[in-house]
This record gives sequence, structure tokens and C-alpha cells, in this order.
Amino acid sequence: MNFLNRIRTLVIKELQSLLNDRSGRVLLFMPVILQTVLFPFAATLEVKNASLAVYNEDGGLASIELMQRFAASGAFTEFLPMQSQSQVEAAIENRDALLAVRIPEDFSRKLALGETAPVQVMLDGRRSNSSQIAFGYLQSIVDQYLKERSETAGRILPSEMVTRYWFNPSLDYPKYILPSLIAVITTIGSLIVTALSVAREREQGTFDQLLVSPLTPEMIMIGKAIPAMMVAFFQATLILLVAVFLYHVPFRGSLALLYTGMFFYSLALVGVGLLISAVSSTQQQAFLGAFVFMMPAILLSGFTAPVENMPQWLQYLTWPNPIRHFVEIVKGVFLKDASFDRIASLIWPLIVISACTLTAASVMFRRKTA
Amino acid sequence: MSEVVVSFREVSKSFKGMEMPALDAVSGEIRTGRITGLVGPDGAGKTTLLRLIAGLLEKDSGEIATLGHDPGKEAAEIRERVGYMPQKFGLYEDLSVLENLTLHADLRNVIGQERRETFDRLLEFTDLKRFADRFAGKLSGGMKQKLGLACALLGRPKLLLLDEPGVGVDPISRKELWGMVEDLVSQGIAVVWSTAYLDEAELCGTTLVLNEGKLLFSGTPREMTAPLEGQCYQLKNLSSGKRSLLTKALARPEVSDGSIQGHHLRLTFRKGEKLFSPDVIGAGETAEWAAVRPRFEDAFIDLLGGGPSGESVLAKHVRAIPSDDEVVIEAQNLTKKFGDFAATDSVSFQVKRGEIYGLLGPNGAGKSTTFKMMCGLLLPTSGKASVVGLDLRKSAGKARQKLGYMAQKFSLYGGITVQQNLDFFSGVYGLTGQRQREKTGEMADIFHLQPFLKSKTDSLSLGYKQRLALACSVMHEPDLLFLDEPTSGVDPVTRREFWTHINGLVERGVTVMVTTHFMDEAEYCDRIGLVFRGKLIANGTPDELKAMVATAENPDPSMEDAFIELVTGKENA
Repeated sequence: MNFLNRIRTLVIKELQSLLNDRSGRVLLFMPVILQTVLFPFAATLEVKNASLAVYNEDGGLASIELMQRFAASGAFTEFLPMQSQSQVEAAIENRDALLAVRIPEDFSRKLALGETAPVQVMLDGRRSNSSQIAFGYLQSIVDQYLKERSETAGRILPSEMVTRYWFNPSLDYPKYILPSLIAVITTIGSLIVTALSVAREREQGTFDQLLVSPLTPEMIMIGKAIPAMMVAFFQATLILLVAVFLYHVPFRGSLALLYTGMFFYSLALVGVGLLISAVSSTQQQAFLGAFVFMMPAILLSGFTAPVENMPQWLQYLTWPNPIRHFVEIVKGVFLKDASFDRIASLIWPLIVISACTLTAASVMFRRKTA
Repeated sequence: MSEVVVSFREVSKSFKGMEMPALDAVSGEIRTGRITGLVGPDGAGKTTLLRLIAGLLEKDSGEIATLGHDPGKEAAEIRERVGYMPQKFGLYEDLSVLENLTLHADLRNVIGQERRETFDRLLEFTDLKRFADRFAGKLSGGMKQKLGLACALLGRPKLLLLDEPGVGVDPISRKELWGMVEDLVSQGIAVVWSTAYLDEAELCGTTLVLNEGKLLFSGTPREMTAPLEGQCYQLKNLSSGKRSLLTKALARPEVSDGSIQGHHLRLTFRKGEKLFSPDVIGAGETAEWAAVRPRFEDAFIDLLGGGPSGESVLAKHVRAIPSDDEVVIEAQNLTKKFGDFAATDSVSFQVKRGEIYGLLGPNGAGKSTTFKMMCGLLLPTSGKASVVGLDLRKSAGKARQKLGYMAQKFSLYGGITVQQNLDFFSGVYGLTGQRQREKTGEMADIFHLQPFLKSKTDSLSLGYKQRLALACSVMHEPDLLFLDEPTSGVDPVTRREFWTHINGLVERGVTVMVTTHFMDEAEYCDRIGLVFRGKLIANGTPDELKAMVATAENPDPSMEDAFIELVTGKENA
């Protein structure tokens, strides 16, 4: 009873300290609002508003139809008709066009004869990512055209590839970004809150005051951990609501699973934060420490680049990174209603990680306060 | 003979977010030929005034002329001829003594032959030549201030503004620093020495006394104390407890202020009042009056309307702890080493229930380290620190419930309200529900915190912060109270009030351990441990310590005399 009362006292004090202060409140809300507004637009991988240069040497019926299909697709907003190969090269070099299509003069003829009719595509390798995506659009248009053409001719293609993007059928990038944002923002929130709060108390001398009180180091740690987790949960919920109601990202999985994952995730992070705060004597050190942890952790989380694309040894290294598991949990629960077993297999690493970080933190805490 | 270097009239300055102006229509002048003391507790407006004079701040209203120029508008004109030594941050701790000097010389455009000569002169003057290559951060407090002084003296200023040069400097270095500054004055430089220590003020040629942004007094220290001449007395040879006698004496209508001095009482009488017979307060047959010279502090308190009443309302609200003469705080060969350096070197002492034990010593002597080990904040390298018979490190919860702690900077949570601080500290010590509400309400009444309960703690004045800190540390009615420089920087009336409470608590059986660098505060202690270079070099009652240094020439030494004598005695040994 006394134990719980003391923890409650600590938690209330911590929340009051956070919320009484205007800059503290701003710090809680601003990143959430800014990132939910900016990220889905800024970090989009979609290619929109690209321009396409077309050098049509053919002029036959088939080539014109193909060009009309390019125009109708909506993927390209600007068409630059080209008169020569050198013009095409100049257009790409000057970044007037992201990619260029050259239809050879015998295109329509070859098609009519039923022969293979190659089309040349030139991409701007300096913008490899976007041009490849645009190339994908182009390819699907050509495929579609050929398929329909052979169908009208009464022939059926020997095999056909139908691409369907599961869990995000329209390849909508906000749907990809927002669930991951839940992971990233709760990371920043809970890590900074725990890392800084102890250092701040050290700087102001209030930490000594806590240490001479009947509170044990464990109580102080719990008293720091709970408010940070509350902050993390609050921020995550905020993004969740924005994602579902503002960006209309469908939420397919189980809320309970998501929050269970979040619990262990924030526990792991709080352990890291407390560890940082135990070894730093000033807020500045704590802040730097938090960033030293956060930058590589986010980079190796699969948020920006898929973990599967990393070299094998690096993939092993990502295992102790709590963000990596949580990004998968959020995406899994959010987008594909991942099964309990699947999520459980992601949660247990988090339990292991939090057990390690919390133990390390409490050892350092005891050593530093002793 | 002496010329006016700075004059200011009706100067006011307010800062955003502060209710009271930092300076409120202050007038005065600064002359060559003597040290001008700018005196007042923290937050009185001393630094603001210095910065206005130096042209580092713009006044709101009034007039200032520094060396014949308006410092706000013509800062460039005076910059060359004004030396300003700020309280802190004046030195780069990661640069050596010489590098610091070079930097300041570059800034002041002292170059070539002139620079070499100036450096030689200043290093000679400050006796820092031996340490020219040492990092400024590694210097002692006194040496830092000397280096700061040297930097401020670089451009041969006509006016030297020193912001609290005595802070963090032990009495011995302070004397040296003072000697150097007097030397400068005799060279025709006008010097302003700002201070919160009233005994320092007493040495100044003339003083400007500030409190809460207002000028209380301007004149020589003698003029300051003159009105109290013949009204200050010591009551000697008391037969019963000094603390309860002080309470009784302060209750007399004749007495305006009083304090404890070793085994004696020191009282200030109201104008025109006569001495009362010591019998009236039960001081015993042998008690007798002795006239003493009024001090600057007496006069300051008089200007603020007299001292507080001698009765502690707080003490009435705490349970009495039966006196059992038991040793409740004990250090046995306590040692703390940081690498090779022994910050505390086999220190032993005992404190009995109901005693006030003071740890006294120069900065960096190890009193803070010793204190921290006693209250369990530091782990001793060897030896034992026990409190109420328990090792604080092992039986944390139980033992800690019995102690209250109040630190130098009043470690309160500044971002939350006064009520929230009270709730927090009472909650930490296990008070809940009805009892918690009663106790925090009681504290708010006792310490007059009612009007501020909903204010942010940071916005309180220093005096109220100090009251709140005391409230927070005694709410759980501790048996022991650890106070680490509890009255640093607060005004003398608040300090009196603080000690009234402490005395009251001690009368109820509370044991107090305190560190202080105020010599007059040391007088309140029953016993004092003098720490120097990590060792306990003297341990005894204030009167015993004074008796140790009494000589034929100085039969009645002050606490400061005792301190300096004992420390220098060890230094030369």
C-alpha cells in the first residue's frame, strides 16, 4: 500500500512537471502533430508528376494507341514529344524528363505481323528510385496493351502475370508510413522523457533529495518509467487516431495485440532511457546519449530500408534493436491482421530486450546512486 | 580628493516574468579612494545595478553616468576603462591561466610590449605566476577569483566592478583578495565590491544597501550601525538552556532582535528601552549583561523592521522526542578517496540526540563530502557512517524515514506549484489522504505560504523558497535534520526566522547536522567540527574553538578569527 502510494506520488509529480510547463506540453504534442502532417507527404515513395519524353519514329496505329494509353494512365503529367535521339538524350540530361520511350519505326509493322516488337526505354539513373518506379508503371501499361491486343485478336497469352499488392492494394504510401510513425514517435517520446528527467533532477539537486528519502532506487525507476510509458501510449494513440480517421488507413488487426506489443516495446525503451540517464550527469549528455542510440536504431529498424536488404551480419545486429520488432508489430497488426502467433514471436524478443535493458539500468542506477 | 566616477539617479529596471522590479528608483554614487560595498541578499538587485553601470543592460528609467557617459548609449566609450568581473562564467575552465589572460587581452586589445608588461605586473600582483600553465578549472575558489580580478584589470580600468568576489572563497583567501583590492583603491581606481555577506560589508569604505530592488541605506558602515550604538548587548554566563532563554528574551517587548553566540545570547534592544534583569527570563544568578558593538547585520535587520519573534510555530506542531542522551549520528574513521586524493580522511565524531552539530571549513576542504556520506549520498571508501544506530546504506527505508534533508539550492521542483511540491514531499514520506491534507495545510499556515500555493515554485522569492524547502523537509517529523548550507544568499531576517525554527525543533528533541560558511551561523551550533584538507582539525563547542586561539592581544576572538587561526595553523604546520 505504502509502496503503491509512493509510486503514485512520484508519477503524479512527474506528470505535473511535464504538463505544468508550456514548453513541456509543446514537446509532447508538437512532434506528433508535425510528423503526422509532414511525414506522409514528405516521405512518399510514389512517383507523381513525372514527365515522359516520347520519341515516336513509327507513326503507325499501334504506336499511337500505346501513346494514348500512356497519357491516360495519369502517372505522367507531362509529355514531351521528341524529334531525334539527341533531343531525347538532352531531355534526360537536363532533367526535363524522368524517362524516355523510343518507339522504333517498324513497331506497328512488327506487331501486325505478330513478331516481337521491342520498345526502348531510357531512365535517368541519377534518380534511380523514382525512375524505376515510373518504369514499372510504364511496363504495366505496355503489358496491359499487349494483353488486350492479343485478346481482341482471339489469341490468349501463354501465361500472364497479375500483380496485386497485398495489405496495401493501391500502394498508398501514407498507409505504409503512418504505422511505422507510431513506432518512431513513441521511441522519441519515451526515450527523451526518461533520459532527460533523471539528468534534470541531478542538475537541479532534487535527485539527492529523492535519494535521502525512503524511496528505493527501484521505486524511483518505476516512478520514472510509468510516466514515460504513459507519454508513449498517449502519443501512439494520437497517431493511431490520426491514421485511422484522418488518413483513412484501415486498421485490420487487434488493438489488444498492438497495445501489448507497445507495452513491452516502451518497457524496453524506458530501460534504455534509464540506462542513459544513469550514466549521464547533465541533460546535455543525456540528450546526446539518446540521439547516439536513436539514430542507428531507427536506421536499422526497417523503417527506412527493409531489414532483409541488409547484409546478413547486419541483420543479426538488428535483433537487439527494439524498434525493429515494434515496426513489424505495428505494420503487422495495422495492415494485415497478423496472427497471434506471429505477433507473439515478435513480442518475445521485446520481453528479452526489456529484461536486459531494465536490469542494466537498475544495476547502473544502484552503482551511480550508491 | 575623491572624485565621483559613477552617479545614478532614480534608476529602475524590470524583467519580464517578475512581479517586482529588479531595481526600483535607486540613486547613489561611486567614488574613487575607497571600496564601495554593494550589499544585499540574493535577488536584491546587485548584479542588475552592476550590469547597468557597465552598460551591459539598458535601464527602464532614471539616469546613469559612468565616467561621464551614459553607459546604455555610449557603451563603447566606457568599455576600455571599466573592468567587470562577473559572478561566474568569467573564466574558461578548460583554458590555462595564461590562455585566459591572453584571451581577455586580445578582447581588450592589449598587445605587444604593453601586454608583456601587463601580464608580468598582474601575475606578480595576484601571485599566480607559479600557476600560469594550470587550467583555470583546476584552481581553488580563491585563485579563480584572483585570476578573474587579473582579467578585469587588463586594460588599466578606472572603475572596477566586482560581482560577489567573496563567494566560494574561504576566509583566508578572502582576506588576501581584500588586500589586493585595497591596493588597487590606493592606486586611484574606484572599486565596487558586491556581497551578500554582511561581515564583508562591514569592511567597506562605504556601502549601498539594497533589498528587493530598493535602496535601504547609503553611507559608511559606521553610519549604518550608529543608530544602534548602545542598544546591543551580550547576556553571559547563562545557567539554563540558551535556546529557550532566547525564545523568552525575544518575547520581551524591549527586545527587537536576538541570536545565539556560542554560550551567550546577543540581543538588540529597541530605541529607548532599558535592560531587563536577567532573572526575568530565568537566566540565573550569574548571568550578566555586557555591551557590544552593533554589527552591520544588526543594523540591516533593524532597517527591515526588526527580527522575527523567537517562537517557532513549527516546533509546536511536532511531537516531542524524549531526550535520552543517545548518540544518534556517528562517524568512525570515515574516509572517501577520489583516486589518490582523500577528500575526507579518517574523520570521526559523534552527535547526541538534541544537539546541533556544525561542519565548518573552507571550500573544497571536504565538509560537503563528509556531509554526503553521513546522509547516505556517498559511499565511504572506508570507515563507517551510522545514523540512529543504522547504516544508511543497508537499512535504507527505515532509517531514511527518520531523517529530513535540505540542500544548498533548496532542491524543490521549480516547474510545479507550491502545493504540488508539498503534496509530493509528504507523499514520498508516506503521508496520504486526510493526514496529508492536514499536514500540508499546516505547513502552508506556519510558513505563510497560503497566497502562493498555486504559484509556480520557480517564481517565489529566495526567502519563500527557503521556507518551502524547510517545510518539505520537516513535514514527516524527522528525528534528524541534515542541512547543507541552508541559508545561502537569503536575507538576514529570513535567516533569523529559519534558525528560530531550527532552535525550536531542537528544543523538541530533533538532532541537527548542518554545514555552513556563515561564521555567525556556526555560533548557533552546540558543537562544531572544523574540516580542513579532508581532516577534522578541531572539534568542540564554539567557545572552546574560540578559546583555542585566544591570545593576550586578542582575548576574545571571533568565530572567524578562530577559523582563520586554526586553518592557517594547520597550513603552516
